Amino acid sequence: MMRWFKQPPPRGVLLALLAAGLAACFAIEQFGLVDDYVRFVLITLGINIILCVSLNLVNGWMGEFSVGHAGFMALGAYLSACVSVKWLGWGDPLWMFPLAVMAGGLLAGAVGLLLGLLSFKTRGDYLAIITLAFLMIVKSGIENIPYVGGPRGFLGIGNHTTLLWTAVWTVLTLWAIRNLVYSRFGRGIVAVREDEIAANAMGVDTRKAKLAAFVVSSFFGGVAGALFAHQLQFINPGVFDIVKSTEILVMVYLGGIGSLGGSILGAAAFTILAQVLQPLGTWRMVILPLILVLLMLFRPRGIMGMREFPWFVPRREFPAKEDKK
Amino acid sequence: MSALLEVRDVTMRFGGLVAVADLNLEVTQGHAHGIIGPNGAGKTTAFNVITGIYTPTAGDVLFRGEIISGRRPSAIARGGIARTFQNIRLFRDLTVLDNVRIAHDAHARYSWPGAMVQLPSARRAEQESIEHCTDLLEKFGLVDAAYERAGDLPYGSQRRLEIARAMALQPSLLLLDEPAAGMNSAETLKLVEFLGWLRDHFSVTMLLIEHHMQLVMTFCDRITVLDFGKTIAEGSPDEVRNDPKVIEAYLGQEDGHE
Repeated sequence: MMRWFKQPPPRGVLLALLAAGLAACFAIEQFGLVDDYVRFVLITLGINIILCVSLNLVNGWMGEFSVGHAGFMALGAYLSACVSVKWLGWGDPLWMFPLAVMAGGLLAGAVGLLLGLLSFKTRGDYLAIITLAFLMIVKSGIENIPYVGGPRGFLGIGNHTTLLWTAVWTVLTLWAIRNLVYSRFGRGIVAVREDEIAANAMGVDTRKAKLAAFVVSSFFGGVAGALFAHQLQFINPGVFDIVKSTEILVMVYLGGIGSLGGSILGAAAFTILAQVLQPLGTWRMVILPLILVLLMLFRPRGIMGMREFPWFVPRREFPAKEDKK
Repeated sequence: MSALLEVRDVTMRFGGLVAVADLNLEVTQGHAHGIIGPNGAGKTTAFNVITGIYTPTAGDVLFRGEIISGRRPSAIARGGIARTFQNIRLFRDLTVLDNVRIAHDAHARYSWPGAMVQLPSARRAEQESIEHCTDLLEKFGLVDAAYERAGDLPYGSQRRLEIARAMALQPSLLLLDEPAAGMNSAETLKLVEFLGWLRDHFSVTMLLIEHHMQLVMTFCDRITVLDFGKTIAEGSPDEVRNDPKVIEAYLGQEDGHE
């Protein structure tokens, strides 16, 4: 974790900015300050940031290669849709929607636990194949459940993903993952990537570290899926395929592995590019992967790979100021 | 004077290859114990068995009278056995401070959900870990490099950092795998001094593999000589130095085949 050893922001600045940002989101929703298209893109950006930073935990900080993130999204999307439409459809979205999102996240997290257990035995290419299989199982499984619409998809989901909710969940995700990364578990996760044998020999419970990474990563993948479902109001299993996973991978490796700032940057760059390239139609899916190829050739760790904007780093991580002399 | 570490009849087989055969070893609390032997004698394998990287094919490893063979390496490390590696294994992309903190973390007790929501206990533990590890780096003369990338340190400092990292585990037994590898005799002399300081300052028992005879003979209280996975001699440096079997293992048989 090479850092930019500039100073952290003066105390309170970050909180003030956050409050201002959330207030702005609230105002936009309340007074309709931006048109629907911009609002849609902003919400997409938030969801993409959550997806990117959560996948980064496994693929960046831990150095594994999971291609199953769209599967966790699907779990979160479908369970939250069940909660908000079928089970608690009568409820006020104000309390019902967060509950639905949490439920989606928890289901994804629980399944992530299983994948984490598999990561004890398998690593690298093999784990990538297992996550790919997991993705296919989720997709086919949902297609075979008529209760959630099978291959036709799940219709009539409420439009509950407001800009404010998206912002709240995005901030929460970034905050929680930052806290995890700058804790003994985060260092354990990074130690697994750096040298698993040495990590073990230094007392790092690598199993616990892997489980923590997978559970947290998939939980927030599920949260993003829930937000996604209530943004589009219609989901079908085909949305959560390998292409969706690939998109998230592009964001991670574009922005930079093992970096919160990089995750935001990657998600932003991807979201904007996807919109800008929209007129090109399917050619878009030629250009985006091409960017990925160029990136791997010239900047394999991404724009912010293993570096961090100082504002995302806890104050305690900075060298103590020289007081003496 | 009791045995801190005891290796009882340990055999380690990889397929048809017997890397360690019926190894017996007793390391007395407070001693510096050396393991010597020609290349391929099974020294590093013995280390890997003691630290749990391998589970022995037969035999037991006892630490403070408890059987530890079969436990996970991380559990053994937390139980008080720290080590360094023959080819330095630092977390190269991390800062010097984080390298040490990762080992120190082994004794932290807060949970990961607690860390994610920044419970006061987690914050306190983090602050404590930074202070403790900075102090430790100070003792090892590495504090000025605390925020540098570990992989960017000069070779000698990397060796020192690896020992500092091991000591952050607060072990009662320190295993050193060829600490003098790649050092010239002046540097080795310094190392002996440093190891002496380490032993006195942390009152840690040491088990070390070393090819550098001068180091082993001057520093160690007791020496075990391995050859082809077997113990061929054990005793004080003087006893070992004059043991004909040792001379044979190192210089070849007198009647000259090889």
